[in-house]
Formats: sequence, C-alpha cells, structure tokens
Amino acid sequence: MANVSLQQIGKSYGGAVAVEAFNLEIRDGEFLVLLGPSGCGKSTTLRMIAGLESITRGDLLIGDARMNNVDPKNRGVAMVFQNYALYPHKTVAENMGMALKLQKMPKAEIEERIAGVADMLGLTAYLDRKPGSLSGGQRQRVAIGRAIVRTPEVFLFDEPLSNLDAKLRVKMRMELQELHDRLGVTSVYVTHDQVEAMTLADRIVIMDGGVIAQVGTPREVYDKPATEFVAGFIGSPAMNLMTMQSAADGSWRSNESQLVLPRLPGFDTKGANTIRVGIRPEHMTILDASAVGDDPWILPGKVMLAELLGADALLTLSVCGETMTARVNGVDYPEQGQQLAVRLNPEQLHAFDHDSKKALQV
Amino acid sequence: MNAFNTLERRTQFVGIGFVTPTFLVIALILVYPVVQSIVLSVGQSSVDGFEPYRFVGLEHYAALMDDERFWRSLSVTLIFTAISIPLELVLGVGLALLMNESFHGKGLARLAVLFPWALPTALNALIWRWMYNADYGLFNAVGLESGIIGEPVNWLGDETLAMASMVIVSVWKTSSFMALIILAGLQSIPRDLYEAGRMDGMSRWQEFREITLPLLKGSIMVALIIRSMDALRTFELPFSLTDGGPDSATETLSLYAYKVIFEFVEFNAGSAIVVVQFAVIFLLSLLYIFTLRHKD
Repeated sequence: MANVSLQQIGKSYGGAVAVEAFNLEIRDGEFLVLLGPSGCGKSTTLRMIAGLESITRGDLLIGDARMNNVDPKNRGVAMVFQNYALYPHKTVAENMGMALKLQKMPKAEIEERIAGVADMLGLTAYLDRKPGSLSGGQRQRVAIGRAIVRTPEVFLFDEPLSNLDAKLRVKMRMELQELHDRLGVTSVYVTHDQVEAMTLADRIVIMDGGVIAQVGTPREVYDKPATEFVAGFIGSPAMNLMTMQSAADGSWRSNESQLVLPRLPGFDTKGANTIRVGIRPEHMTILDASAVGDDPWILPGKVMLAELLGADALLTLSVCGETMTARVNGVDYPEQGQQLAVRLNPEQLHAFDHDSKKALQV
Repeated sequence: MNAFNTLERRTQFVGIGFVTPTFLVIALILVYPVVQSIVLSVGQSSVDGFEPYRFVGLEHYAALMDDERFWRSLSVTLIFTAISIPLELVLGVGLALLMNESFHGKGLARLAVLFPWALPTALNALIWRWMYNADYGLFNAVGLESGIIGEPVNWLGDETLAMASMVIVSVWKTSSFMALIILAGLQSIPRDLYEAGRMDGMSRWQEFREITLPLLKGSIMVALIIRSMDALRTFELPFSLTDGGPDSATETLSLYAYKVIFEFVEFNAGSAIVVVQFAVIFLLSLLYIFTLRHKD
C-alpha cells in the first residue's frame, strides 16, 4: 500500500491542455473519487497515474518514488477498465493470471492466488469459462479479480460500473465498498455518477475543464460547494441558482423576475453588485399561501408542474416569476396550478461571486 | 379460410419471390457450366458438331493419369500456391500492422499499398515482364550497374527463376489484399485490450502474440480461403508473364486446361482437367469450412 502524490501534474496534446497543474495528495488506504462531466480531464488524470498516458509536466510519486517514466507494470498499480478489457480468447483464470504469468511467478503460486481471489469474488465456478459466456456483472468481477490478484499498491478504476444496468450497479457498488474495507488498498476511482462518488469516496475531487474545482469529503462538497460549478454538479435535481443585484437598502433583487431577498446573513459579498444565490430543492419549505406576510424569507409561488418520484415529489415552482425546483414528500404534495408559499431556509443558502464563480465565504 | 391467404403463406411467397432471381442467375452462370464441363469430360464430341456427342466414361481421366504435362501443371499449381500464400500472409499481416499505426500520410500510404491490388493482373504481369527482361529489364540494369550481378540474369528463362519471378509478382500484387482483410480484423480489436496488456506488463511482441494474433484468427482464415482458391485457379499471371514457360515450368492447371481446350481444341480432354481442378478447390473449401465451423 502507498500514498500517491500528484505535484503540478499537467497534460497537453499539442496545444490543447487536458489537465492543468493538478496538485493532490492521496493518502495511503484512501478511496478517492475523481468526479466530473465528460472531458473534464478525470480519465486523463487516472491514465497518467496508470502510465497509459505520458505526463507533460509535474511529478507523480507513488510511495515516495517518482513514477513519471516508469512502465505501468512497475508502478505497483492495477486498473479496472470501463469495458472490462478482458482477453476474449482466454479463460477467466488466464485473464486473472496474465500479469503474474508475465512476471514469471511459479505456476503453483499463480493458481493458489487465483483460487483465493476467485473465492473472494464468487468466481470459482467460472474459472474455465471465457469472458463471452459471462454476464456483465461477472465480467466486471473478473476484471476486478485480475486487479486484486496482483496485490497492487494502488487500484485504479475507470468508470467501472457504467456499463452495468441500474440494479447491478448498486450491487457492485456495495461489493466494491466491502472490498475496499477488507483490502484497504489506496484506490482512485473515476466516475461521472455523483451517487457513486458520494457513496464510495473518502474524498471527492470534482474536476471541471482540466482543473480541480474542489477537493473534499462527500459531506463537504455537498454542504459547502466551493464553486458554482460544484454546487450545480452535486445534488439531484440541481441547486436552484439565481442572479441577484444589490439594492440600496441591502436587499437583493432579480433582474429577470420580481424576486426580492433580504440582506444575506453571514455572507461576505465584498461589495459586489451582482451575485449568484443558490438553494437546493430539498432546502425549501412549502407552506400554505396564507403564510406570506412578515417573514421576508416566505415568498408567494405557484406550482407549474408536480412530478411524483415515489418517496419524493418534485415541484417546478414559479416563485415571484423565478423558476425553481423543490423536493417535497411524495405522500401529500400540492398539485399543479396550486398557489402556495415557499420558505427559503436562509441558513442553507449559497452565494457565489458572479465573475469568479467562487463561493462567498460564510 | 383460404390457405393461400394467411399472412404466413404470403410472407413465404414474398420470400420465394426475392430468392428466385438470385437462384436463377446462380444456376445459369454457376451450376450450368459445372454440369456442362462434367458432361463434356465424360464424352467425345467436336466443336463444329461434325462428330456427335458420344459417352466415353472416364476415358479422358484415364488419359490424364498418364499425361506428364498434366501432373507437372498440377504440381506447378500446388507449389505456386504453397509458396506464395505464406509469403503473402506474413507480408499482409506486416503491412496491416503498419497501416494500423497512426502516422502522417497514413491515407496516402494505404492508397499506395492498395495500388498493386487495384491494377489488373494482366497489366501487372506485363509491367513485371518488362522489368524482368534479360536485355532491357530494370532488374538486370540495376543489378549490373551496382555490381550485384556480374552478367545478365535470364529471370523468366530459367525454370526455378521463372517460378520465383512469378511468385514475386503474385506476392507483390496480393499482399495488399491480405493486408486489407487483416486490417479490417485489426480495427475490430478493442484498444483497451492493449492497455490491459500494458498494465499486465506485456512487451510489444507479447501483445502481438497474446492479443493481436489470436484475435486475428478469423480474418486470417477468411483471407487464406479466398487467396488459396484464387491461387489454385491462377491463369492470367502465367499467361501474360511467361506463357507457362520455360518448358511448362510455370504452366498452371488453368493455363494447361486453356491450352488443351483452345489451342489443341480438345474440349473433352480439357474439361476433364477443369473438373479435376474444380474437385481440388472444392475439397479445400470443404476443409476450410469444416475447420472454421469446428473453431466456433
């Protein structure tokens, strides 16, 4: 096991920059998730750690040894690919044992290791089968087994669950979690699925356009998004974000609607004229229309659309002309067209600088 | 309800309707000539119809057994096939691997590789005949000039050299065809297998041995089948390059059959040669198909 250190790592293709000055210390035994939309550089970063992509700038250290120019096989890393990348003409056992065979490990020891890992993953009955005759979940387990057999210092996962159906994905996610608890190997996991990120990660690195937007625990990135991008990316449905202008009396007004918010408590707006204010759909309280009155945080609204998800319902509201989404209990919720009042909980508001998109500190 | 009116019946009729034209064309251009050749080979007749068709049984086949020139042409055909195809395969795989790499001018390189295949064989043969020419040819000129050879070589005049020369032309032309089929196979191999190979610690050679070659098996088999059938029928190349010479050293079965039929005007004896050739190719195809099916 080892820590991984990325120091000012960068990757460019010709003039195009894919990853920019990436700094990160991955702790020994940590489960770190790289999260972001397609093309944000997360896979490139993972592939640079793996050695499948050369590093343009900066230093990569695994267990304190510089790895920039070391072959993938000698980095002590093992990778699980999105499309499994199993050798289709080789059996499950041959797939799992390939790296060991190439290391010229004695046959008996290879078989022993494969047997152990196959037992752990429930693959013993399939060792003589070819990948083509296995289900998607079994193939992914073989791919994971192939990584485990090598007893690497670091596991690298490149969107390993994205080819599985929803139900299987949940099951494999739990298996991965169990496996990590059991083996305690440093893991770097790339995904665009925030649920995977939130559930698996010790820390999440959210990337946008080749740079790190935020590093933090799942709770930190959800509660205290460092940028507007993170705020919009984490959480489903996405955070409601409004552009507000400051008024002479200290209140904030929207240009596009009649929305007026009182002085924002606890935010250092640094005298800005325009800011972005955000509130998550689950942080809005739905009240009776008659509740509008003295409390400036209670605003009149109307239900434009009500969608039942099961346990929850999503309401698309027009609040003072501003479209917002609220998440409410699915048992008893207002119907389409109904007039109501909405309370935005001020302690759960977010505010961001309009230009830099950075969070205005509370 | 009328049995002809059910949906299933109508669907069947439509199907038959679609298949019939193809079936008729195949019957006309494939089955008829084969049957006609077999009928001719077991009879005796003359082209002008002066001598009416008369059944003679296996007389012509028996005559072939004693025909040295027939045996020679059969062995020339087999030797030509057995030497040129492995060479084409190795070169074809090599070319395909090169074309599969990304480099500047890749499109142009692919076009250049395909050029020999695009040229008609007869034209190819004529070009090479000039280059092989003992007095004015390119090879002797370059060889003499550079001192590699001391005196002019009669490339097409020596029995062994003539065969070698023919093989070279064939390899030059058809390696690109092999390459094309194998390139298609190469492109169907997922890239991430090679990345998995790198993570597992494979060298370039091990990647080729453990990933590329096993996954190319299907394409290679297809290329081999098409090419060996082709080679067993080779006609244009010796016809235009050597006319089968010197002394039948490059006379293939097809060329010999052609000569018997059109030069000696022995339609019945010539047909017997064609039928033997057909049988050889047919057996080989069965063997290939059997092996392929066995694999699956």
